Amino acid sequence: MTVTEAGQIQTTYREAMRAAIRDAMQRDDRVFLMGEDVGSYGGCFAVSMGLLAEFGPERIRDTPLSESAFVGAGIGAAMAGMRPIVEIMTVNFSLLALDQILNNAATLLHMSGGQVGVPLVIRMTTGAGRQVAAQHSHSLEGWYTHIPGLRVVTPATLADARGMLWTALQDPDPVLIFEHGSLYNVKGMLAADAGPVDIDLAAIRRPGSDVSLIAYGGTLGKALSAAEVLAEDGIEAEVIDLRTLRPLDDAAIIGSVARTHRAVIVDEGWRSGSLAAEISARIMEQAFFDLDAPVQRVCSVEVPMPYPRHLEEAALPQVDGVVAAVRTVVG
Amino acid sequence: MTTSVRPATHADAAHRLDLLRQMLFIRRFEEKCVELYSGGEIRGFVHLYIGEEAVAVGVNSALTPEDNIVSTYREHGHALVRGVPLDSVMAEMYGKITGCSHGRGGSMHLFDTSRRFYGGNAIVGGGLPLAVGIALADKMRGESRVTACFFGDGAVAEGEFHECMNLAALWELPVLFCCENNGYAMGTAIARAQAQTDLAVRASGYGMPAWPVDGMDVLAVERAAGLAAEAVRSGGGPHFLELRTYRFRAHSMYDPELYRNKDEVELWKERDPIAALTDQLRAAGELTESDLASVEDELATAITESVAAARSAPAEDVTTLEKFVYTPRQP
Repeated sequence: MTVTEAGQIQTTYREAMRAAIRDAMQRDDRVFLMGEDVGSYGGCFAVSMGLLAEFGPERIRDTPLSESAFVGAGIGAAMAGMRPIVEIMTVNFSLLALDQILNNAATLLHMSGGQVGVPLVIRMTTGAGRQVAAQHSHSLEGWYTHIPGLRVVTPATLADARGMLWTALQDPDPVLIFEHGSLYNVKGMLAADAGPVDIDLAAIRRPGSDVSLIAYGGTLGKALSAAEVLAEDGIEAEVIDLRTLRPLDDAAIIGSVARTHRAVIVDEGWRSGSLAAEISARIMEQAFFDLDAPVQRVCSVEVPMPYPRHLEEAALPQVDGVVAAVRTVVG
Repeated sequence: MTTSVRPATHADAAHRLDLLRQMLFIRRFEEKCVELYSGGEIRGFVHLYIGEEAVAVGVNSALTPEDNIVSTYREHGHALVRGVPLDSVMAEMYGKITGCSHGRGGSMHLFDTSRRFYGGNAIVGGGLPLAVGIALADKMRGESRVTACFFGDGAVAEGEFHECMNLAALWELPVLFCCENNGYAMGTAIARAQAQTDLAVRASGYGMPAWPVDGMDVLAVERAAGLAAEAVRSGGGPHFLELRTYRFRAHSMYDPELYRNKDEVELWKERDPIAALTDQLRAAGELTESDLASVEDELATAITESVAAARSAPAEDVTTLEKFVYTPRQP
């Protein structure tokens, strides 16, 4: 791997995530990775490629297709002092483990009166965009943000892919990491010594004064592209990467809206009952008198994801839709 | 399987008297709960173990304090014989701050991690993956603990049960699966829910030693659990006991018992594990009336005191409502 004079390396989101897992495994022998095809196959999205050879089958642990059992086993192992990273192949299959995530991982600390902590990290791929139709295209991270007891994070950049995992492993409570499937091949430069980052705060990825474009995970790139288009017309959008969806960084959101007086939320979840709805409500509650226009949402159309490319594109938030939404509130 | 002969002391009169005392302890505690529930002092769901005491007492007697227990919502008996202090269990029934789960769990969520008692799980089958994970952690660290996992016949119909049987057998984990087959999944008789009602056969399909045990005979349970726990501890992988038992009372305090006839209940009551052991000890000249009276007196006093302590214990201040949702962070 070549390090530039500026101390940077060229890498991908996938490689950054793999480096984060490797680093965690090396730093803490309580850490192990468990999930479907994480070992011999190298991970469904090739994130864990090569790690089996490096760490062996005890710590890079292939599981049967038993989401409820292996997620629950991760919870049990965490309760007993290990630091498991459980990989669920995609968010679509996490529904088979939802009982364990909600009724055990998120709840044990409370119902045991503070005795049973669950320092577990669950990683999963989320999102659409690959023409894999209605059962493989969900963006359900917003659902998980409904649950007290969980922390939900969405690395959207190389630095966050590299840095969020270790911080999540240090967290005494369960952390869900959602990796948007469209990001794994994203290439870019990353500091050679990139390390842990916070999992608390939103980040302003592009400053601007005319409108707050609030995005996360797979929609961050679309929001940034929309901002470039808008800039050609002299509209300066401030792009906020939420990074952590639960707990939300209200201060960052409200602070931005207080400056721009307008907000557009870009969320790949379905519109009804979405994370975008929650953010919109918070802006209304906390920044109502700062607003110059109603909050707008750009979400997925409420249809199970169709297979044909043109219909899938029409169902998902797109740059044009974001630009159009901004134009309705600016001017 | 190697069979280790249990120490002679376990068969002696004092030991048998102690088993009787433990079963009486559970029963008298629960009879008090019925009284308190009827009087409106305790609320929520209360699932009584009356009739099934030989299972908890026999299995626990075969475990060491270093072993782990994962239990169900019908767990007063497991908790009490495990040594979770009576006062803290009673206070939990009252939802008081002095309860073993700080009052947050109630009857269905008794926890005491200092005694390796990991709950009180009220989702049928929900504790099995936790037991698998705790055992996985022990195995990865080279600990020689057994994790005893209690669940009912109803859990055998859950997909999670089969996932966990498979995973525990595949990874040769030190779990002792203790199926408390009381013949009913709430109101559904086993023959109306299970295609194969011989539950040990179901488990043996996963390649683990499994056999039925007379769950109304505490000595038979203790013997079987002793053999199984020893085999698990010495690296024999998971074992499964089908403990055939019966609950004399309703499923919970809300149950009008329309699904079974009184003759059946009466028939099983003739096999009351407490009466059986009492008769046996009397016949052997190992139990005098004054022995029994002194056990009963001691239990009555302790239970009465636990009620008084629970009544006068402080209720948690409502300002702490949101405690135990996340672990407090170090600044």
